Amino acid sequence: MYPTSYRYTKEHEWIRVEGSIGTIGITDYAQEALGDVVYVELPKLGAKLRAGASFGTIESVKTVSDLFSPASGEVLEINAALADSPEKVNQDPHGSAWLVKVRLADPKEIDGLMDSASYETYVAETTKEKPD
Amino acid sequence: MRYLPKSSSERIQMLDAIGVRSTDDLFQSIPEKFRLREPLPLPGPLSEIEIIRYFQARATENAQGYSSFVGAGAYRHARSVVTDALIGRGEFLTSYTPYQAEISQGTLTAIFEFQTLMCQLTGQEVANASMYDGSTALTEAVLMAVRISRRRRVLIARSVHPEYRQVLRTYAKNIALQVEEVGFTDSGQLDLGALAKNKLADAAAVVVQSPNFFGVIEDLPALAEAAHAAGALLVASVAEAVSLGIVRPPAEADIVAMEGQSLGLPTSYGGPFVGVIATRQKFVRQMPGRLVGQTTDAAGRRGFVLTLATREQHIRREKATSNICTNEALCALATTIQLCLLGNEGMRELALQNLAKARFAQAELEKIPGVRRVLTAPAFNEFVLEFPRAVKSVNDALLREKIIGPLPLGAHYPELAKCALVCVTELNSRGEIERLAESVRRILEVPV
Amino acid sequence: MNPNSAETEASVAPAREAERHISQTEGLIFERSAPGKRGMELPPLDVPAVDAVVELGRDLVRDTIAGFPEVSEVEVIRHFTRLSTWNYAIDLGMYPLGSCTMKYNPRVNEHVARLDGLVNEHPQQPDEVSQGCLRILYDLEKCLLAITGMDAVTLEPAAGAHGELTGLLMIRACLESKGNPRKLVLVPDSAHGTNPASAVMAGYQVRHLPSNARGQIDIGQLRQAVTEDVAALMVTNPNTLGVFEHDIADMAAILHDRGALLYMDGANMNALAGVVRPGDFGVDVMHLNLHKTFSTPHGGGGPGAGPVVVRKLLEPFLPVPVVTRNENGQFALDRNRPQSIGRMRAYCGNFGVLLRALAYILAYGPGIRQATEDAVVNANYVRKGLEEYFELPYDLPCMHEVVFSDARQRRHEINTLDIAKRLIDYGFHPYTTAFPLIVPGALMIEPTESESKEDCDRFIEAMRAIAREVETNPELVSAAPHSTRVGRLDEVTAARKPVLRWNSYR
Repeated sequence: MYPTSYRYTKEHEWIRVEGSIGTIGITDYAQEALGDVVYVELPKLGAKLRAGASFGTIESVKTVSDLFSPASGEVLEINAALADSPEKVNQDPHGSAWLVKVRLADPKEIDGLMDSASYETYVAETTKEKPD
Repeated sequence: MRYLPKSSSERIQMLDAIGVRSTDDLFQSIPEKFRLREPLPLPGPLSEIEIIRYFQARATENAQGYSSFVGAGAYRHARSVVTDALIGRGEFLTSYTPYQAEISQGTLTAIFEFQTLMCQLTGQEVANASMYDGSTALTEAVLMAVRISRRRRVLIARSVHPEYRQVLRTYAKNIALQVEEVGFTDSGQLDLGALAKNKLADAAAVVVQSPNFFGVIEDLPALAEAAHAAGALLVASVAEAVSLGIVRPPAEADIVAMEGQSLGLPTSYGGPFVGVIATRQKFVRQMPGRLVGQTTDAAGRRGFVLTLATREQHIRREKATSNICTNEALCALATTIQLCLLGNEGMRELALQNLAKARFAQAELEKIPGVRRVLTAPAFNEFVLEFPRAVKSVNDALLREKIIGPLPLGAHYPELAKCALVCVTELNSRGEIERLAESVRRILEVPV
Repeated sequence: MNPNSAETEASVAPAREAERHISQTEGLIFERSAPGKRGMELPPLDVPAVDAVVELGRDLVRDTIAGFPEVSEVEVIRHFTRLSTWNYAIDLGMYPLGSCTMKYNPRVNEHVARLDGLVNEHPQQPDEVSQGCLRILYDLEKCLLAITGMDAVTLEPAAGAHGELTGLLMIRACLESKGNPRKLVLVPDSAHGTNPASAVMAGYQVRHLPSNARGQIDIGQLRQAVTEDVAALMVTNPNTLGVFEHDIADMAAILHDRGALLYMDGANMNALAGVVRPGDFGVDVMHLNLHKTFSTPHGGGGPGAGPVVVRKLLEPFLPVPVVTRNENGQFALDRNRPQSIGRMRAYCGNFGVLLRALAYILAYGPGIRQATEDAVVNANYVRKGLEEYFELPYDLPCMHEVVFSDARQRRHEINTLDIAKRLIDYGFHPYTTAFPLIVPGALMIEPTESESKEDCDRFIEAMRAIAREVETNPELVSAAPHSTRVGRLDEVTAARKPVLRWNSYR
């Protein structure tokens, strides 16, 4: 379910690192919890993201959630297709519905994040705590 | 009591069912010492007939039967009796905000029509379901421009309604929003020269009203160009919406903040009115207030829902675009009905009649020695006159003749101490206008 | 002929017939438009006509309002009358929306609001010819002060949220006059969303106070939270669970000890009027929703009015203008108040709404207490009738409203919204769903005093029937409503691809 090459945050974002470039998205668990995504607000090109800080918002019909960056860096690319097709986040959260690509300030930063196995355990525990 | 549908024995039955002996038992959670022992010192109870008598008596203490030449943000216009007949229907009058779309399609459809009409009138792409009034709509439009531009300084024309500017200042004071005023020229229009000098560079918005407080139409295309060149937005306020029947719409503005009162609401001593914010599609997510959108049900039937609610306080709480929760739905409905009755031709004729009456009044008044128009750029149904003596003395004398004279401008514009703002609408008959001119002439002929 | 198919046809026929009915198929007004029709004529112009291009110049004149409807009077009447039949309304039946106080809107209020001499008065006309309007405002002020036990009042705010902002700005100005406006406003997690949003607009940061196990503000926690940085606590009382904050006077004392103020959201004043006065238990500022407690019509979302009552120490900061009365009994508007927070809106409030509220109060007089008592009796009666069927998350004495949760129904995968939609089929407006936020799956029910015992019984019966349906036929509930002109609407597409005006519709 959760790609083994990605790293995950407790706020349910993922990051995939290739060289000094990180691609960021939200997890399948997050899209499921949000419900039908209707809008994604992303930062501008060149914006500086800080690990753990909010870099945008994602909305369903009746909720708004902050997007928290897994790593620090400068935004190189944003997924423009989401403006017209936010539903992609529900359909393919780990693939074509990535949110931003960043030039990582410090690729070692992601070492502190969860791998797919720990994330799955984390999700299982989170779900257990909240039966609703 | 006629509004309460219970007999004493039913009350007792209900208390029995609840399992308490008296109503007092239901208030036990309120500490004893705070519970009132005595009846409140309120007037009443009054029967329906007595209530009507009380308000009829108040009506006679007002300006019933007076001619009026005051506008300044609230306008008397012809209203069809159809409007009150329809908004008085209980299904519109006594319904709540249309959160439950399946049983609120009447309100939702009407608001969708309202939003459409407001776009057509203003030349903008989207309009919200309404704000409290023109003054708060303008302030919210400025806050919206601040969010879009991420700048915290606004330039507002002094020719914007003085009370609108006061409201903006009240809101701006505590949120580190800098408000600077820009003067007007002898023509009554915003002083473009002063605007250039006023470091436009880091301004969030240039804020104007058109027709402005002096009735004068601003040069919106030129203002938009100047604002946009500096990366600022143009916010245009419209206080007299009837002007849009003939005056070019504020399509160049990035945000239009309108007072819709003159499109079908009585002046009602200042409220309730109906504010509108209209803007470009791309700014819709920064817009405050409710929005109604079109959609379908599972069977494909067209229907309407409140939409883009994530901007609003009940979801985003402290991060919302505004704390506004209300829209003035019933006022918006009245406006919608009135505009449908007038239609394209009616709006044009109404606006032209206002223009003609104002020109006639201006010509009649300017015949009086010592009276002349100042701030002379093209105007709609209001214009500024200078009198040879203090306006208050003229107005006091007019009031004795049951005429409410033009609004003295000195309180808000010291440089216009001898000036007053005259408003003439289609409801001022030729006879009334001639009587005003005759009275002013006679009053001025008497030496001070 | 296949008898089975005939039976199927018969069972769907009523729905199809309804869809054919012209009152159900009414389109948008723009779709009725045809060039040259109009629904209102003006008297002929009695002064010389003018040419707009000559008067204003070619560049300032518009030729047409593209897309504007052109319809006759009878079409306007039919169109909006048909639309009106698609609404539910208090006039049709019970509207138990918690926190909204949907009570009967007396018709005499509508009548007096339209009297000549009141409806056509101009807000800028001289005070000497506005004595009737000013007296109405003055009389209403006195009534609201008597009901709340406070010292001074402004009628200017246009709505509850507008009143919240007004009150907070007054708190800010008051603290500032003592040298420090402070930084924080405390808001319980059970509060209406307007509270935190208003605090931010007043330049404050919001700190949330979690409710305790009894759904109330925890005095111990409050004591810790009130630092030198705290300007005020905003508390709804009774709170959004319909429960009176028993320790309210202690809260006031804690705040006052540390130089902070107590703001009360008066949304639930219908539980208190005539029984207890907020001024007696330490409240410094509160707003009232005249469209709730004082019966002015909601009109599909507004207009309302949100007067703010304050204690003496806040009086200098009231927004301008303020209604005054001199020794000769003459009323005037005082605009010259140096410490005022300024102006919250143009003119002096939603006069047309304010006078309706006064008409309501005059109708009851001191008997307003009976309305409050009946509202509390109704809520407790409904609670008693439903407590065996629905979960009560906080088993506390309730006042004018009761909050259940959908915990039992969720076992059948039915939530509060489904039950609410099914209630529509029984002829009731839904209660408030999913609020307050501290109750997952909340059913917030406020019958108001306007419901007879018989109507309360009908409502209880309907809710019980739905509870049974949840167990026996959950699909019936989850697919509700079944009796409305349109079914549940696609809100997702509405938000993803917003269509916000007619001409983008094909």
